[in-house]
Amino acid sequence: MKIIVLMKQVANKDAILRINKAATWIEEADLTYEVNESDGYALEEALRLKEKLGGEVIVCSMGPTRVKSVIKDALARGADRAIHVVGDELAHIGPFAAATILAEAIKGEQSDLVLTGLQSDDYGFAQTGVILAELLGMPHATIVIEVDASGEQLRVKRELENGWYQWYTMPRPALLTIQSGISQIRYATLKGIMAAKKKEIREVTPASAAPNGGSHQRVTKIYFPEKTKQTQFLGNGDAKAGAVQLAEKLRSEARII
Amino acid sequence: MSNGILVFAEHRAGAFNKITFEAIAAAQQLGTSLKQPVTAVVLNKDAGLAREIAAFNFDKVISAENDKLAEYTPDAYTDAMQHVVRALDPRYVIMPHTYLVRDFAPKLAARFGRSVVSDCLRFAADDGGSVVFSRRIFLGKIDADVVTEDESPVFATFQSGAFRGEQSEKGTGAPVESMAVEIGEVRMHPEPAFQEVKQAVDLSKADVIVAIGRGIKSQEHIALAEQLAAALGGDLAASRPICDAGWLPIDRQIGSSGQTVAPKLYIALGISGAIQHLVGMKNAGTIVAVNKDPEAPIFDIADYGIVGDLFDVIPTLTEEVKKLKG
Ligand SMILES: Cc1cc2nc3c(=O)[nH]c(=O)nc-3n(C[C@H](O)[C@H](O)[C@H](O)COP(=O)(O)OP(=O)(O)OC[C@H]3O[C@@H](n4cnc5c(N)ncnc54)[C@H](O)[C@@H]3O)c2cc1C
Ligand SMILES: Nc1ncnc2c1ncn2[C@@H]1O[C@H](COP(=O)(O)O)[C@@H](O)[C@H]1O
Repeated sequence: MKIIVLMKQVANKDAILRINKAATWIEEADLTYEVNESDGYALEEALRLKEKLGGEVIVCSMGPTRVKSVIKDALARGADRAIHVVGDELAHIGPFAAATILAEAIKGEQSDLVLTGLQSDDYGFAQTGVILAELLGMPHATIVIEVDASGEQLRVKRELENGWYQWYTMPRPALLTIQSGISQIRYATLKGIMAAKKKEIREVTPASAAPNGGSHQRVTKIYFPEKTKQTQFLGNGDAKAGAVQLAEKLRSEARII
Repeated sequence: MSNGILVFAEHRAGAFNKITFEAIAAAQQLGTSLKQPVTAVVLNKDAGLAREIAAFNFDKVISAENDKLAEYTPDAYTDAMQHVVRALDPRYVIMPHTYLVRDFAPKLAARFGRSVVSDCLRFAADDGGSVVFSRRIFLGKIDADVVTEDESPVFATFQSGAFRGEQSEKGTGAPVESMAVEIGEVRMHPEPAFQEVKQAVDLSKADVIVAIGRGIKSQEHIALAEQLAAALGGDLAASRPICDAGWLPIDRQIGSSGQTVAPKLYIALGISGAIQHLVGMKNAGTIVAVNKDPEAPIFDIADYGIVGDLFDVIPTLTEEVKKLKG
């Protein structure tokens, strides 16, 4: 089974975000990056499917040179080879343009399965995978939390809202968007890190970052959300003092203690 | 010339879901701002539910009908909606940001060579008829104003809670128009939806919940939060990543894919406050948030906030609570 996993690099979740001067995006100069959370789970699922059924896992990441660290980490965890779609602007394009370029980069692979994360933690479009499936002519399922690929047909468990679930069957090749928590993620081993150095990373440079004539969604301004609730902040920077005041408030105002 | 606003009315198991009425409110308000008529569309095998929604103030209700719409699949819904959108040629297509819409709307938009302005919170329309959508990015930490240079149709989804369902306007009975839609091959075959066996822990009756998020850093530190919960006589709960990592069982998870709770006191420790978490706990009586990031969205719904390190806060708070309780 040949499996392609799409992995995006996003700002580290613990990073304190600052808005740039033009208020068009966050300040990127001193930002640290990590792999998008659900994409890490998509890779793990691909590796497990390969262990069970044999085949090959190919990771594909699109963006500036910095995304190489996501690729290298995936190779160290056990992916066989990688495709890097290179371009500085490619981290900031809408999901239709992104899916168009990604489709171009991976369609020659003729994979049996494409796995993506269910949504990116920065832009949060929740669309790239589904659009990609449409462009590749594949059936898809979103928010997948279990995959059974042992039979002729693919059988997947989808998470629905409010504690409901549903199994779907569909033919291969197919695209699945993976939900976080589908399985426990492995760490890269030293051996894996060494082996990764010899693995192929194919670079692809798209002709244009804006296929089909440009961006369909343009961010004009970003800002911190307006706070709607009057929060009483306690401690004034001193966490321990805040804790003491809080206990007192819980007794005298909230009357919970 | 494309015109009007089309709102997608979602239903499951024979009933519209609550967020559909929020989408209706959003579409009606957009219609008022732009002076454009609003049409609702219901996909189904017959017109039963479409007649129900006709009680709202719409220009008309389209009942898109085909036997393949008896149950939801992305293939059938996309084909049907594509047919309706082509027939009506609306300027805007408004949908609720549900799991079902997330599953087919991007595919639908792709058929028109574009994507969806997804998960919006608000819109602002000016006199010239241009619309700015605001959506939340970075897991709720930042808002972004977005304009689209698309020709019609523009597809947009609104987040749960962005509009109030009660604000959707009733009308005098909109005409229902049946439209037989063509649907090609449907490749996915759904089995009946089900719920997992009853959860071992029912947090919905807890009075006090101490909830931990990724800020707790490692599994060993959970004991700290447990001691606080014990001192308060409360239960321990968590955000999704904690349960994903296997540090706590899934029945301790709060949020859209976990439990919904409304305790008297909810203490969120190292939880950022993503919408999927907030929907599970925002109705708590008193909400306390401890986070080292002053911009963390959890503070937006907190009554009391401490900006600081949870490892400083928890032990002191536990001691103080014990003292006060005597
Ligand atoms: C379809 C879908 C369904 C989902 N369902 C759920 C759900 O049911 N429940 C749920 O919770 N999530 C759910 N999520 C995930 C959700 O979007 C967030 O990713 C998740 O809630 C984030 O968890 P967190 O706040 O613990 O982690 P993070 O967002 O990483 O936040 C950690 C916070 O801890 C703070 N912090 C770090 N260190 C410290 C310290 N020492 N002291 C104080 N503060 C510190 C940081 O400033 C940060 O704000 C879902 C997502 C999707 C897409
Ligand atoms: N630049 C990218 N490189 C690789 N994968 C991506 C990229 N952008 C989006 N994806 C994939 O598409 C998923 C959904 O992203 P989004 O539509 O932005 O929410 C992500 O979880 C990734 O798996």
